[in-house]
Amino acid sequence: MDFQEKLVQDLVSKHGKDRENLLPILQGVIDQERFLSEEAILKISKEMSIPAADVYGTASFYSFLDIEPRGKYVIRVCKTITCAMKGKNQIVLALENFLKIKVGETTIDKKFTILQTNCLGWCHKAPAMLINDEVYTELSPEKVVDILREYKEKN
Amino acid sequence: MTTTATKKQLHRIDLIFNNDDDCKEILRNALSRSDQEIVNEMVNSGLKGRGGAGFPTGLKWKLTAESKEKEKYVICNADEGEPGTFKDREILTRVPHKVLSGMAMCAKIIGAQKGYIYLRGEYKFLVPDLKKELRKFHDILDELGLDFRVEIFLGSGAYICGEESALIESMEGKRGEPRNKPPFPSVNGFKGKPTVVNNVETLAHSYTILKFGAKKFRDLGVKDSRGSKVFSVSGDTPIPGIYELELGMTVQDFVDDFGDGDCKAVQVGGASGFLVPRKRFGKTTIGYEGKLTGISLPTGGSMMIFNSSRSMYNVLNNYLEFFEEESCGQCTPCRVGCQQLLKGIKAVKRGEKPTSYLDQLLKLTETMKLTAKCGLGQSVANSFSSIVENFREEMIY
Repeated sequence: MDFQEKLVQDLVSKHGKDRENLLPILQGVIDQERFLSEEAILKISKEMSIPAADVYGTASFYSFLDIEPRGKYVIRVCKTITCAMKGKNQIVLALENFLKIKVGETTIDKKFTILQTNCLGWCHKAPAMLINDEVYTELSPEKVVDILREYKEKN
Repeated sequence: MTTTATKKQLHRIDLIFNNDDDCKEILRNALSRSDQEIVNEMVNSGLKGRGGAGFPTGLKWKLTAESKEKEKYVICNADEGEPGTFKDREILTRVPHKVLSGMAMCAKIIGAQKGYIYLRGEYKFLVPDLKKELRKFHDILDELGLDFRVEIFLGSGAYICGEESALIESMEGKRGEPRNKPPFPSVNGFKGKPTVVNNVETLAHSYTILKFGAKKFRDLGVKDSRGSKVFSVSGDTPIPGIYELELGMTVQDFVDDFGDGDCKAVQVGGASGFLVPRKRFGKTTIGYEGKLTGISLPTGGSMMIFNSSRSMYNVLNNYLEFFEEESCGQCTPCRVGCQQLLKGIKAVKRGEKPTSYLDQLLKLTETMKLTAKCGLGQSVANSFSSIVENFREEMIY
């Protein structure tokens, strides 16, 4: 049994096969693999006896349930109004320059993906971003580079 | 010698965030009263839903309590996604026991054994602390002999899931697409069972009402807008943050306190709310409908301040990009409407369409207001018309 198969089985036995457990199961796969591959979707469909189209349809609805390959660290920069007013563009530029990729892309070593997202709820400490589940606020281009340096050293 | 008039400061309230932790006593006391008595207390308090829509909370509890179904649910809506809103996270961080007590009280009255906190995916980092709180709270419930358990359900990045029926769909493992209403969740909610969905702040206020009684709450605010409200203040202000204020202030009072001295407009109620231009500051109050004079605007607490350096075209463009992405796509007026509004203002700005095209777009928002299935599509008209009508020249030049 490969890793993914075990992961899906474990998640399904932890949460249950009923449809209302689909989101926690999809989130569990995302936590491990950062995106939902076709194979993962088929395995979930089989384990839960839900049509694959339904699993895909649900997953593709939610912006945090990525169906495209993502890096180990997914960076989501808030682009909604207050962050946009407080220098979001400079933050994105700093990220792009440092990682040498554009928004929507993943680094070749599959470590980082840069995305933009809607309001993160840190308008009073704008601009803000998420790296996976971790929040970073009151960003400046310099601060962003410091944060990323730390992540680069991590595995 | 000249004297400077002292600035009138808005009345700061400290009901939500004061750190009294006597939920055991309050619940014990509430358990000794009849359900009817407590529902009446809630109704009399005049508390309205603090997520923004403003449905009377007591009535919601009452309607759900009336159902004869055995299985019922209480859901705390913590899918705080409206641009400019961040108060629910603060409440869940600082006074989670108040929210949980509100849920337990509601559960007791309607007859639910199970509750959920629907927490937006963006706030996942709160989960470990919340789980600790839940364990403590469950112990209290056991001590009091109340058969009720709360679980956390995590969202995954979808603004529309803050709409209660979309939230329920999402919890059922489906796409977060709003349902047709009626039936309302009070009749047909989670798994088809009667369900109360209340905003985080609403539940925290219900704790205050249980503790101090309906009167203390009613004494705050004006006519149909009773009590205090937690506001999320952001944008061009020297003091962004979270403030609990009395309902019923004018936008002018608000700007005097929070503006940077160069305030051009205030967005009340987030992207789905209204933009108030400077000339209307004095005539607009913050609260629910029904005030005697002038306009009264409801808000889930989002107050975004724009100074004269901001282009209202950019602001509207940003809102429309937001709505275009967050529209669930289920109904045509909203899905296509949001796309066309965004395309339309860009075309006018570039001179590809005549300025009269803005009037056609305004008509489109009227259609969306009438025909969109849920609050998202219906409320795009709010910010669109209030910006285009008040800052038309900025849309063109």
